Amino acid sequence: MAAVRETVETVGEVEKYKYGFTTDIESEKAPRGLNEDTVRFISAKKNEPAWLLEWRLAAFRRWLTMTEPTWAKVSYPPIDFQDAYYYAAPKQKAKLDSLDQVDPKLLETYEKLGIPLTEQKMLAGVAVDAVFDSVSVVTTFKEKLAEVGVIFCPMSEAVQKHPELVKKYLGSVVPTSDNFYATLNSAVFSEGSFVYIPEGVRCPMELSTYFRINEKQTGQFERTLIIADKGSYVSYLEGCTAPQRDENQLHAAVVELVALDDAEIKYSTVQNWYPGDEDGKGGVYNFVTKRGDCRGTNSKISWTQVETGSAITWKYPSCILRGDNSRGEFYSIAISNGRQQVDSGTKMIHLGRNTTSRIISKGISAGRSSNTYRGLVSVHRKAENVRNFTQCDSLLIGSKCSAHTVPYIETKNPSAILEHEATTSKISDDQLFYCMQRGIGEEEAVALIVNGFCRDVLQQLPMEFAVEAQKLVGISLEGSVG
Amino acid sequence: MKEVTMLEIRNLHAKVDGKEILKGIDLDIRAGEVHAIMGPNGSGKSTLSYVLAGREGYEITEGTIRFKGRDLTEMSVDERAVAGVFLAFQYPLEIPGVTTMTFLKTALNAQRKARGEEELDAVRFLKLVREKAKPLNVTDDMLKRPLNVGYSGGEKKRAEVLQMSLLEPSLCVLDETDSGLDIDALKTVAEGVNALRSPERAMIVITHYQRLLDYIVPDVVHVLSKGRIVRTGGKELALELEKSGYAGYGADAA
Repeated sequence: MAAVRETVETVGEVEKYKYGFTTDIESEKAPRGLNEDTVRFISAKKNEPAWLLEWRLAAFRRWLTMTEPTWAKVSYPPIDFQDAYYYAAPKQKAKLDSLDQVDPKLLETYEKLGIPLTEQKMLAGVAVDAVFDSVSVVTTFKEKLAEVGVIFCPMSEAVQKHPELVKKYLGSVVPTSDNFYATLNSAVFSEGSFVYIPEGVRCPMELSTYFRINEKQTGQFERTLIIADKGSYVSYLEGCTAPQRDENQLHAAVVELVALDDAEIKYSTVQNWYPGDEDGKGGVYNFVTKRGDCRGTNSKISWTQVETGSAITWKYPSCILRGDNSRGEFYSIAISNGRQQVDSGTKMIHLGRNTTSRIISKGISAGRSSNTYRGLVSVHRKAENVRNFTQCDSLLIGSKCSAHTVPYIETKNPSAILEHEATTSKISDDQLFYCMQRGIGEEEAVALIVNGFCRDVLQQLPMEFAVEAQKLVGISLEGSVG
Repeated sequence: MKEVTMLEIRNLHAKVDGKEILKGIDLDIRAGEVHAIMGPNGSGKSTLSYVLAGREGYEITEGTIRFKGRDLTEMSVDERAVAGVFLAFQYPLEIPGVTTMTFLKTALNAQRKARGEEELDAVRFLKLVREKAKPLNVTDDMLKRPLNVGYSGGEKKRAEVLQMSLLEPSLCVLDETDSGLDIDALKTVAEGVNALRSPERAMIVITHYQRLLDYIVPDVVHVLSKGRIVRTGGKELALELEKSGYAGYGADAA
């Protein structure tokens, strides 16, 4: 496709990781290290109510008793959690009411990233929340969304303006005790997006959050909460990049989705954190907990992810299928190159009757990378007539990478019908020769074949982002052949 | 144009997996000519086609290949394609998830770009493909399906000829294009190939059987045996081989 060709053009123009620049902007940071004072500092910065501070502190105390999970097929030196900053905010004038007040340096940064924040330049029909290190810089199209009752704002603003919603739903899908990184996030989360779609409303535009880590030695702990009330619909997309740095940066986010009766949430991710250099130096540790709760009957949650960045990815966007007839979907493309390590997959927890789920995972490994699909399909005793279909395909490029598939299936109800298909293939020399004999260069040929391999998943992405994702596929695999 | 030698092969020796397969081939092909290369299994016919295309693993140990005055052996696979060498595969490869349309557009625009020509936009491309696809009976439905995936033998060969027609190469090498085709499919494919014959274009038709040459009538017929061209003649040579077989050429009766 034209996009594939553009991929190669882009590859020709850009350096290996084109988002690796840093923005020179003064920032305000919490003191280095992590203790109760750090938690209090963050909470005070955000001017939070007492209940939220207590919630954070409880999580922090819990976290102190926990140990890092070690079951994933990834390896890295121990992380010193005291040797990092847990809060960094670009210094700027007090309160932003309009874009004119945003520091031009920040606008420039997002412009460079291909995310113009000035509304007249934006993609029509996409509202953006831009998060820079620990704070949201700007949220666009707020007024237009407010007309239909949609709330789309930074989490810290939601805490102030919609405390009842935050209090009701925060931690209701991923409890503060869930896992090491989710608990850490609960203690120190600093920003993220909050979305509420009222009953019966079909959100008139795509919502999107763009995360950027800029500061050195700073972790990003965002927390996103999306609530789709009865009969509503929303499509949400997140994108992420980080500067090229020698040290590893920690990104431990939590995303919670709640779909009530007849509601639908479509959540797409294009993750392009800095992956480190060819020798595995630097790069983002992406340890993320994402979970959706199909709380109402006939509700639906669909995760689509294109994962190309990060030194290490540890991420399992999941669905709890609680409501009867609810449906969960997971579509994933995970590309690893260089020395990247990916351990990613999903969990489909079937609790309700007639619940269905579908998992399509495409893993592409190149270079010396390791790429693991890890997935759980679980059927509760009372969940009658459950259906699941899982397809895991792995594609290997070269002979020094590896692909692994680790499916877990647990069923306590005999009426369940679960299907699992898995394939592993290599881009064959024959295929490459054939493409090249038609005049297609080697890297473009690889991009073409890989895009074909990922087609089922690429088709799930919102139109505006599918093209970008296709390009990303080509760029990520640059230098993987020959 | 007839006077111009398009392809000039001199004393070509080539090895595959350490085994010498081509043992001194000499061949001159001028623009506008169609040469048939016939021979028993294992005589080196397919090897010759891969050596021309520049496939990895096919090592030239001696001799030269000049194409339109350039040293072909110095060029990569895609450079040769851009220069005008097209190989119609005996077994076309499947490219899952990549529609035939996407593949054709990627290939055509890659070649145009490499030649410094303007790339075709979607509208102009679609018009061109439909125009080329129609005489070959390649339907819109086929164009929307992933390339060669689930295609019948006839569909695959028609798709090859469509690519050839779209890319307009100056040298077409057809490797056993008749294999796996019934007589009706063979006729369609042959008509497509014949439509591409022109004073500017040369063709090498590699085949085991004379049957294909009833439909694509060659100017010259060569017999390849044990890595050498052992006989060269007019189209009547093919008919002779049809009667007597390759028994006289040092091969097992095929």
